[in-house]
Amino acid sequence: MAGHNESILREPLITGENITYSKITEDILVPVENKPNKAWWIGFSVAVFFALVWVVSISYTFYVGLGTWGLNKTVGWAWDITGFVWWVGIGHAGTLISAVLLLFRQNWRNSINRSAEAMTIFAVICAATYIIAHMGRPWLAYMVFPLPNQFGSLWVNFNSPLIWDVFAISTYFSVSLVFWYTGLLPDIATIRDRATGLRRRIYSILSFGWAGSVKNWQRFESVSLILAGVSTPLVLSVHTIVSFDFATSLEPGWHTTIFPPYFVAGAIFSGFAMVQTLLLIARKVMNFENYITMFHIESMNKIIIVTGSIVGVAYLTELFIAWYSGVEYEQYAFLNRVSGPYWWAYWSMMTCNVISPQLFWFKKIRTSIWASWLLSIVVNIGMWFERFVIIVTSLHRDYLPSSWVMFYPSLIDVTLFVGSIGVFFTLFLLFLRVLPAIAMAEVKLILKTSSDQVKQKQIRDGKIKPEQAELYQESLEKFDSVDYLKV
Amino acid sequence: MGTHNHTHNFNQQFEFTGKAKTWSLIAIIIGVVAIAYGFLFDHSEHHAERTFANLLLMGYYFTCVCAAGAFFLALQFVAQAGWSAGLLRIPQAFARVLPIASVVLIVIIIAGLYSHNLYHHWNQEGIAQEGHPNYDYLIAQKASFLNAPFFIGRQIIFLGVYSIFALLLAKYSYNEDTVGGLSNYHKSFKISAIFLVIFGFTTPIWSFDTIMSLEAHWFSTMFGWYNFAAMWVSGLCAITLTVILLKKAGYLSWVNSNHLHDLGKFIFAFSIFWTYVWFAQFLLIWYANMPEETVYFYLRWEPEYKPWFWLNIIMNFLAPVLILMTRDSKRQMSVMTFVCIFLLCGHWLDYYMMVMPGTVESHRTFGITEIGIALGFAGLFTFLMLSKLAQKPLVAKNHPFLDESLHHHI
Repeated sequence: MAGHNESILREPLITGENITYSKITEDILVPVENKPNKAWWIGFSVAVFFALVWVVSISYTFYVGLGTWGLNKTVGWAWDITGFVWWVGIGHAGTLISAVLLLFRQNWRNSINRSAEAMTIFAVICAATYIIAHMGRPWLAYMVFPLPNQFGSLWVNFNSPLIWDVFAISTYFSVSLVFWYTGLLPDIATIRDRATGLRRRIYSILSFGWAGSVKNWQRFESVSLILAGVSTPLVLSVHTIVSFDFATSLEPGWHTTIFPPYFVAGAIFSGFAMVQTLLLIARKVMNFENYITMFHIESMNKIIIVTGSIVGVAYLTELFIAWYSGVEYEQYAFLNRVSGPYWWAYWSMMTCNVISPQLFWFKKIRTSIWASWLLSIVVNIGMWFERFVIIVTSLHRDYLPSSWVMFYPSLIDVTLFVGSIGVFFTLFLLFLRVLPAIAMAEVKLILKTSSDQVKQKQIRDGKIKPEQAELYQESLEKFDSVDYLKV
Repeated sequence: MGTHNHTHNFNQQFEFTGKAKTWSLIAIIIGVVAIAYGFLFDHSEHHAERTFANLLLMGYYFTCVCAAGAFFLALQFVAQAGWSAGLLRIPQAFARVLPIASVVLIVIIIAGLYSHNLYHHWNQEGIAQEGHPNYDYLIAQKASFLNAPFFIGRQIIFLGVYSIFALLLAKYSYNEDTVGGLSNYHKSFKISAIFLVIFGFTTPIWSFDTIMSLEAHWFSTMFGWYNFAAMWVSGLCAITLTVILLKKAGYLSWVNSNHLHDLGKFIFAFSIFWTYVWFAQFLLIWYANMPEETVYFYLRWEPEYKPWFWLNIIMNFLAPVLILMTRDSKRQMSVMTFVCIFLLCGHWLDYYMMVMPGTVESHRTFGITEIGIALGFAGLFTFLMLSKLAQKPLVAKNHPFLDESLHHHI
């Protein structure tokens, strides 16, 4: 975007009157510097309860073994891998928002990147729990690494995409963590400078001695750009390799060449939906309406339409090519998805991922906070179904009709999944308490160019063509945070 | 906000005369001669198939580059991009050539179908009739989709719709020049969104038809996006090259190295995207090693094609990545000129690798027909595009984001 020559047609990224640098700090640090409110405690208690459910379920799984899951000899991979892929997908939006939008110079990323990146890290942690859980004997987890060992011929299979996953996900997690933490440094230093006593000591250590000098900032800028460049291919590689877990096989419904970009698009789709789910609540509870504005919400909804439609193209392409291929196994796999015993899963997926996001074409819906939140939940559900459809419906009726079965999840399957959501929210709510949920330093960067108050001043000073000024004022009507003009 | 820089002449128009005109006309003549040679004087076996294969290759390439111009325009509007406002007239000229390119492509396809020189894998007498000596079980299954009337109908509908949107986008922009205001901007925004949806949902089918059905037994879900990537990269290269050449000829004073840098980033990023889809398609087929899929790469690994197969990936991936990695290289006209020409040749090879093994098969050649027809179409595109460009001012002076574009700095 255009810095000091930013067009008035661009909607504001910061609203509110008399916003100053210090007001930004004050506003954003409220949840960090004060005792949590009731809403936080309620949310946290619920999250911790489910996290405990997870602890019990995973302990039970480790104690008894994978027989606690609903798997059978035909469907040897089901609810658990669905959960894994769902979480890894969600773990995409954070780095995408940060890295790709930074490369594209999209300033609206500045208000949402911090929480999105945090979300990424927690989602990848949840995904990693499934990898460990899959092992059955987690104390042997180190055997996924190619370590020299005394076990004779036991050595990782480098031809397997599962081992590529180990490297892709661990690299992605490390880089995401570094990217997120580097971005946090100036903000942690701000907290440090305002804190006293023990908190000051803790934040002082965490801030790595950030002094805010020119040199600090210069290096900060260049390391951010380098990390953005490094993490962009990583974002793509992670879900590409997750898709290879399926697509390299000979399984009808799994082996299709469009899988890599289709999985990446689906991951971005689900990631943005989860960001929407979290931020729409966070902005309300923590009073961030001036920083996460209607423009941010609408932009994310637009990305949801685009990625939802890309996923839709992929679904239709798969269906069409299954027919076109003339391969009867492929044809049956897709016929079975659409009209077999799991038809409801397929149609839930189609409705939630492709059809319902099209509602965002209506401006009324994409600028309604309630509708956006509900649709984001719908997308989260749809993306879970997508993985379920790909995995279970492809497996449950294989080449040999005598082995056809249905898959039914066990109680542990369900509690592990619900519990992992508890783990995720526990971590996210803790994050909101101890670190700023919005990148203060980065929001301050755009105050002088992209805030409503600057734009209003330009209009008052008569620097703007009347027609454009009028359009700008009209665009503010949808902003729930701009009521000072409507009086 | 008026512009603060008054040295630009926003009514400047391109004059299509001199060397550009002469050379593009000469190239067209070379093309015509090469086509005549291919049909009439080349007495080798398969000369008609070979000429048709080259015509299809270049007709498709020509259409793709023009369609990429329309896609570029629509994308800029929908993304509310500011940086590109000053150079929109170039992709607009591309978009305005799209109807002509579409007609050329459709004529080639119809002639190829009815003379049985193209699409012979599915377009043969009795191929879908049980008991006929030409009967092919797999093709018969998809004959309801792959049959000449429906095939031609789809081409006409897809290309017709793309052309209408391309012309509308250009029209609104010219209206904006005369009436000013924002109404044309809003209209452009709306039809861009509609166009992108239609384009996104139909281009995979269009490339399944035009190119994938040359080898009608083979199928790959990725093929549509793979072709889209090739279209987009070659379109970006053609746009960039046109911008640079105009700039060198003393036009476009408002375009500077910052804009070039952004175009370079696009070329860099989408060359990697092209490689990503190319590689994903290749890897998955190679890994699973199923005969109905590997047949595609098997043909391309025959001795006639194998060196070109690897050259394709080297030209279109390694070259842009290694050359365009640094910031400086994306900001220099000479480097960018080289990369654009190189990639335009690279994507010719990419299309060549898509078309030839399914048409001329092992009788692959590279000679007068290939070079001549490629030059002819390049000349035709240049001539038509520059004629369109010369009709209107070189900048959309009332574009609401023009001021951002003038002060673009990265």
